[in-house]
Amino acid sequence: MIEATGLRKSFRVGRGRGAGTVEAVRGVDFAVRRGEIVGFLGPNGAGKSTTLRMLATLLRPSGGAATIAGVDLLRSPAQVRHRIGFVAQASGTYDDSTARRDLILQARMHGRSKGVAQELAAAAIRAFQLDDFADRRIRTYSGGQRRRLDVALGVIHSPQVMFLDEPTAGLDPPSRARMWQEVRRLREDGMTIFLTTHYLDEADSLCDRVSIIDAGRIVAEGTPSALKREISGDVVAIDFAAADLADPAGGGLPAATKVLAEAPYVRGSEPVDGALRLYVDSAATAIPQIMRALYDRGIEPGAIETRRPSLDDVFLAKTGRSLEE
Amino acid sequence: MRVVRDTWLIFQQEAGLMVRNPVMVAFSLAQPITYLVLFAPFLKVVMVDRGASTYADAYRIYVPGLFVAMGLFGGLFAGYGLLSALRAGIIERCRVTPVSRTALLLGRALMHVCLNVVQAVVITLVALPFGLRVHLANLLVSYALLAVMVLLSTSISYDIALLVRNENSLGVLVNTVGQPISLLAGVLIPLVLAPMWIQRAALWNPFAWATDGMRALFAGQILQTVVWQGALIMTGLAAASLFWSSHLFNREVS
Ligand SMILES: Nc1ncnc2c1ncn2[C@@H]1O[C@H](COP(=O)(O)OP(=O)(O)OP(=O)(O)O)[C@@H](O)[C@H]1O
Ligand SMILES: [Mg+2]
Repeated sequence: MIEATGLRKSFRVGRGRGAGTVEAVRGVDFAVRRGEIVGFLGPNGAGKSTTLRMLATLLRPSGGAATIAGVDLLRSPAQVRHRIGFVAQASGTYDDSTARRDLILQARMHGRSKGVAQELAAAAIRAFQLDDFADRRIRTYSGGQRRRLDVALGVIHSPQVMFLDEPTAGLDPPSRARMWQEVRRLREDGMTIFLTTHYLDEADSLCDRVSIIDAGRIVAEGTPSALKREISGDVVAIDFAAADLADPAGGGLPAATKVLAEAPYVRGSEPVDGALRLYVDSAATAIPQIMRALYDRGIEPGAIETRRPSLDDVFLAKTGRSLEE
Repeated sequence: MRVVRDTWLIFQQEAGLMVRNPVMVAFSLAQPITYLVLFAPFLKVVMVDRGASTYADAYRIYVPGLFVAMGLFGGLFAGYGLLSALRAGIIERCRVTPVSRTALLLGRALMHVCLNVVQAVVITLVALPFGLRVHLANLLVSYALLAVMVLLSTSISYDIALLVRNENSLGVLVNTVGQPISLLAGVLIPLVLAPMWIQRAALWNPFAWATDGMRALFAGQILQTVVWQGALIMTGLAAASLFWSSHLFNREVS
């Protein structure tokens, strides 16, 4: 349904001597099949929104090509607009309007007659449970209510392809869970969904496939489970934050990094946020060895935690940085 | 035609939102009414040698000037609305739909036109008890001239807003541009009282032509050449400026 090859975008910024270019997206390739939920996972500034805005006809790509629902993005943007829905990262509603008014306007902008638009708005209000506040001024809505309205606006014309830019950013856990339900329901209605997120759990549980993007490039791509399988073994995280706070001269983290990075049973290590993350074949056999090595050097570890690899570990392995920082 | 339908759609939406804020609309009338009540009497004194011997004369000279001032500044501040819609992502949401791009600008501009004409009607009604008398046909033509003028000032404001993309710069520029234009159009005190060099400079001010046309209409001289000259200048400039706004509005978008 979506096919992008070598999609690029650079922005010119500044004037005069301070002028330069920002390479926001440096050539991304990906394909999304009909009925899939595919996610772009990446940190702030990775180029997620820029990619989405190019696909949604809001930005002219600096290079590359894409087809959406069989239509060429560059040659027939107007045709693309008939087939897609888009929910921006920041909502685009009038503070003084109401959900119902904006929904009707949206349907009418898609060419529906007044009567049909009213019916579509009523149906969307029911489907997205906006009944309690549909006729109230939008400025009085909570963040979650606003976000549900944003998505309802984006899908009012039942597009074939739906773009969602961080649909759950800033929502509390119950609202996020609810939004995930909505997104899955849209897929059941036959939509193909392409979304961006910087939440690991969202990419993990909502998306059929994930592209990890960093600094304008896709660094890994696959199903969440396949991506995690690439990082075989277990993760052992040793927290030094508390110990180092109590005794700043102790320097537990750097000392432990020096000792353990070279150990034969450790395949890889990264310090993340006051903790040391170790990649090992098996946590059960590695932990006793780790403990012994630390005690021999007189290093006092804080909490030790073991877990299966997450998408963050994938990101860390590919970029040397953590998404969770 | 898609453009016509979509322009009407955006116009309805914008006008609907304006009507939901009646207090704002009422407040925007406070200033012109103050001028009408407190300034026009001064004019009668100043213009007494130029044939303004009664209040009716003073208002016949002042009301058209007030129309121009309202049309000029009402339109010049329209860019704020566009910038806030851009910032709020409303324009972006519309642009993802197949809605006509021209309509997104034109519908908004026409809302300002409509608002200003309604305000002009209110001003006319308020001025009647003070002695204003004007022929209905001439009055209607003056509303039409005002409409074109507002379309011009609104699109100038859109041009500036789309170039600077920032409310503060827009405010500064609009005031810098608006002040000399309104003074050089003689909206407060007619240019006949001005020194010669100002009258010459005013020949280059399109809004001065429109003001003269407007005053001719109120004086019952619909056949004076300045009426159609003013209308023609306003129409031509409005078309050019709108064309440019829509060019600026559509660049950087596929
Ligand atoms: N209009 C613009 N002009 C200049 N630079 C821009 C523009 N839009 C985006 N950028 C730059 O492009 C890069 C990618 O931005 P983008 O918004 O796509 O990131 P993102 O992945 O969506 O991040 P976030 O998670 O914060 O939303 C950033 O470095 C940003 O500063
Ligand atoms: Mg973004």
